[in-house]
Amino acid sequence: MNVTQAETSMSLPTPGRQPTLSERMPAPPPSPTIAIEARGFRFSYGATEVLHGIDLAIQRNAVTAIIGPSGCGKSTFLRSINRLNELIPGTRHQGDILVDGSSIYGRGTDAVSLRQRIGMVFQRPNPFPKSIFDNVAYGPVLNALVAQRDLPDLVEQCLRQAALWDEVKDRLDEPGTSLSGGQQQRLCIARALGNQPETLLMDEPCSALDPIATQRIEELIDQLKQDFTIVIVTHNMQQAARVSDYTGFIDSGRLIEFGDTNQIFTAPANERTEAYITGRFG
Amino acid sequence: MTEPDSPAPPRHPPALERKSYGDRIFKGMLTVAAVGLPVLLGFLVFELFAGSREAIARFGFGFVTSSTWDPVAEQFGAWPLIFGTLMSAALALMIAVPLSLGVAIYLTEFAPVRLRQPAAFVIELLAAIPSVVYGLWGIFVLIPVLKDSVFPLLQSVLGFLPFFQGPIYGPSMLSASIILAIMVMPYIMAVSREVLLAVPASQREAALGLGATRWEAVVTTVVPYARSGLIGAVILGLGRALGETMAVTMLIGNRHEIAASLFAPGYTMAAAIANEFSEAVTDIHLSSLAYVALLLFLITVLINAGARLLIWRVSRGTTAGSRVL
Repeated sequence: MNVTQAETSMSLPTPGRQPTLSERMPAPPPSPTIAIEARGFRFSYGATEVLHGIDLAIQRNAVTAIIGPSGCGKSTFLRSINRLNELIPGTRHQGDILVDGSSIYGRGTDAVSLRQRIGMVFQRPNPFPKSIFDNVAYGPVLNALVAQRDLPDLVEQCLRQAALWDEVKDRLDEPGTSLSGGQQQRLCIARALGNQPETLLMDEPCSALDPIATQRIEELIDQLKQDFTIVIVTHNMQQAARVSDYTGFIDSGRLIEFGDTNQIFTAPANERTEAYITGRFG
Repeated sequence: MTEPDSPAPPRHPPALERKSYGDRIFKGMLTVAAVGLPVLLGFLVFELFAGSREAIARFGFGFVTSSTWDPVAEQFGAWPLIFGTLMSAALALMIAVPLSLGVAIYLTEFAPVRLRQPAAFVIELLAAIPSVVYGLWGIFVLIPVLKDSVFPLLQSVLGFLPFFQGPIYGPSMLSASIILAIMVMPYIMAVSREVLLAVPASQREAALGLGATRWEAVVTTVVPYARSGLIGAVILGLGRALGETMAVTMLIGNRHEIAASLFAPGYTMAAAIANEFSEAVTDIHLSSLAYVALLLFLITVLINAGARLLIWRVSRGTTAGSRVL
């Protein structure tokens, strides 16, 4: 069954709609630096539009932080990139998001394979009530990525990448739910890595964790950016400043400012950005 | 505080010392109810033992394995009744479980949102229909349809199996099992639906985010997460099927025999007790029926204990899912 067809989400019918870029010309070679690009992206839940046209280019092999006050639409934007939002009935979008130069809504793209290429880590650790091994093996088995005999190697590699291997190597049969909160979140990262994605989306991955577990995740993010493009939504501005290379500030569904993290946090161009990062609102 | 040395003495006793008679009465009533129920159960078992003492003394354990039921010769054996009870319940579950799980999964995961609540409500209404009404409907509507079209079709397709051979009767083991399946479906469906709804959205999102389709997410994540609760739902249905009396006795044919064919009549323990109790004239007949009741009670207890054990073993490692029960 194809998820995309079963869902109610669809493009708004635009009068005299121009063919999208990818339809007009042969797909350009993927940009070497830009992994994800949003173009005038709007998103609505029912009648409420929460994103009012986001234009944003996310750099490959870098960490991009999305900050903004609660309810500003930053999580909605993140969950639009892998089309997880459209599972909610009654959602609509306008504009486009390109991943490696091709539209996520393009005819050749289906949401299921898109979500395999773009891993997601959620706000609360949500391991499956299966063994640690089976948690990591879930994606590769589901998507038939590797042969059965290569599975243990892949699981070990993912757990090592997620800096969890040494803590769990002797108890891979135990349920993933028996780990501590921080370990569970690293297990979820390992599980996302199991799909061998190109991009990792992280939706406030540390908000349910204590400071020490948070620090470990942040160190991990720093290591992972060598191999993956990472987009992280966070409430915590110190965290954005610590882990990210680029920062985007979203407020009330609009991208207010986007740029180099150092510049955003030391010399923001927009006064609302400055007000937010200095804690005067939000 | 301006006068720390002389606090004004309270005119009324402080609230802490007030005696709450309402709470005490309430607590006492609840205690009586909580203690009373197990005591009642004890009396019930005692009465069953007392009532069946004569039959136990006369037939002993052979009562369970003997197939003779002859009130005139005063020979009684309950094996056809036990077999009929277990067989009809098992058949009913074989029909009802896939259907009700399918409906529950459809209503929680796939159905249009506007359809979910109304459909669930209507299905749960089915549980409120008195079983004698099901029995009448079975006699006047279901049995003619089964006898004239469904059973002959089954026989022509699956006739090589012993279960579908021999003459076709209307009232039969299969008719009773089908009506039982219809009666237990609302229970299994309603509880399964609650259990599936209790699976956190984060589990679905995790699966979908890893590239699972809706169906894969249900099969690999939602159902395993809910499995102990789903087993509980099935056990609830089994309990209903074992004890159901009225509709079964109207449809099963009430014959003290074990036949390989599902088209042949049979009998269940509950149906036999209900049918024969008012007609039993000899003490040993009455006592034998009490013995049947005792056995039915024991079977139900054993099956429920086994089910608890199963749920306990299956739910190790999961955090939730059985909580709804």
